[in-house]
Amino acid sequence: MNSSQEPIPQLFKSALSGERRSLGKLLTIIERGGETADTVAGLAHQKAGSAHVVGVTGAPGSGKSTLTGRLIDLFSKTGYKTAVLAVDPSSPLTGGAILGDRIRMDDLAGEDCFIRSMATRGHSGGLALAVPAAIQIFDAVGYNPVIIETVGVGQVEVDVAGTADTTVVVVTPGMGDAVQANKAGLLEVADIFVVNKADRPGANDARRDLELMLDLGHVSGLEEKTGYRPPIIMANSLEGTGSEETLKAIKGHAEHLKKSGSIKIRQKQRILMEIQNRIEILIGSNAKEVLETDLGIANIEAVLNRVISPAEAAKLIVNSILND
Amino acid sequence: MRNRQYRVILAKLGLDGHDRGIKVVARILRDAGMEVIYLGLRQTTGSIVAAAEEEDADAIGLSMHNAGHLTLGPKMTDALQEAGLDIPLVIGGIVPDEDVEELINSGVAAVLGPGASAEEVVSTVSAAISARDQA
Ligand SMILES: Nc1nc2c(ncn2[C@@H]2O[C@H](COP(=O)(O)OP(=O)(O)OP(=O)(O)O)[C@@H](O)[C@H]2O)c(=O)[nH]1
Ligand SMILES: [Mg+2]
Repeated sequence: MNSSQEPIPQLFKSALSGERRSLGKLLTIIERGGETADTVAGLAHQKAGSAHVVGVTGAPGSGKSTLTGRLIDLFSKTGYKTAVLAVDPSSPLTGGAILGDRIRMDDLAGEDCFIRSMATRGHSGGLALAVPAAIQIFDAVGYNPVIIETVGVGQVEVDVAGTADTTVVVVTPGMGDAVQANKAGLLEVADIFVVNKADRPGANDARRDLELMLDLGHVSGLEEKTGYRPPIIMANSLEGTGSEETLKAIKGHAEHLKKSGSIKIRQKQRILMEIQNRIEILIGSNAKEVLETDLGIANIEAVLNRVISPAEAAKLIVNSILND
Repeated sequence: MRNRQYRVILAKLGLDGHDRGIKVVARILRDAGMEVIYLGLRQTTGSIVAAAEEEDADAIGLSMHNAGHLTLGPKMTDALQEAGLDIPLVIGGIVPDEDVEELINSGVAAVLGPGASAEEVVSTVSAAISARDQA
């Protein structure tokens, strides 16, 4: 077989030395999950910790990739090596996916950036582990910033967006996009708003909707404490207007995080979330296995005979897993 | 059954602006459970190599409709070889029968004509990948 043949430490070493192909392979390993993925994530974790993580999220087709392409370009002009992880949904029916985010970024992407497309592969648990691991490996090999593009639907995507250091929420004029974003829980995680496609009618309405929602206090708890109010930027990413401002806002937010000490809180939140996800997955996968053991079978039997309730059975089993 | 998720890059090389066929192929492969990294129009051999490295692609599909296949096909296989990438290249589009052999000799894994069925597209791409895996 091809990719997994090379030993991990070797792949990791050559990725550290700037070899793209090795980094590409490590990302594949991370995507597949399991023990090998954990090994890679563990190696990356030791070297990571300096990249600023930017989440770019919003409705399908709102212009996330086009904006990201602009940002990559601007970052590289100021000496930053950007990595992008573009997450798109897999088809729930076939497991396949068409990952088209690169089209909008490639023109502006140079030698010094790295773009990886990732499909959700149906299982949110996997995504919840693969995304942080991918961030760590980009960080470890020296990319900064790391931009994560996700469609702002679904809890996992919102969680992913919410654990970035700086979350950019992209909305578009018309159709009550801002209201939808609010419902999806995106406003609470937003550090910067971009009203993209501002060349279209209704852009000012979208801006006003956002201002109103911010006034009404649909803001992160963090903001209240630190007095940070997410800026709203009008953009036409096709032409590049608003991208400089977005870049400045990202840098401004990074600065704010540092000054206020919130960066530590964010990093802690991210780690907390990852450990929690891992615990859930560990216990979850153990749950299936344990049901097939004698202990599991005995408990199922006891529930069937109405000796104990399903809740009692679950508690007995969880206790036995934890005491294992 | 495939033992892993196949990731396939689809692109048009050069100035050929015809992208109907390649979009159909993208959907066919997606519906067969593959992940298609769609690069779209106006790619260069360099941009395709970079994408193949970054995406750790299992195969590359190029669609050609401007009679440039005899220059562009070998140019692409050369570029892959130069980069040390052992990734099968499948060419689809309008390729006259008499050119197929020349392409295969230049290192192209397979050629799909405009009349290829969805099954043919899927089996050709899968076969190219598993042949490389076994090599
Ligand atoms: N008029 C206008 N069109 C834009 C703008 N930004 C992006 N577009 C277009 O909107 C479409 C979608 O852009 P993408 O960047 O692919 O949007 P996306 O949010 O990444 O899309 P998904 O990843 O599919 O959810 C493309 O056709 C872009 O050319 C803009 O500022 N104005
Ligand atoms: Mg996109």
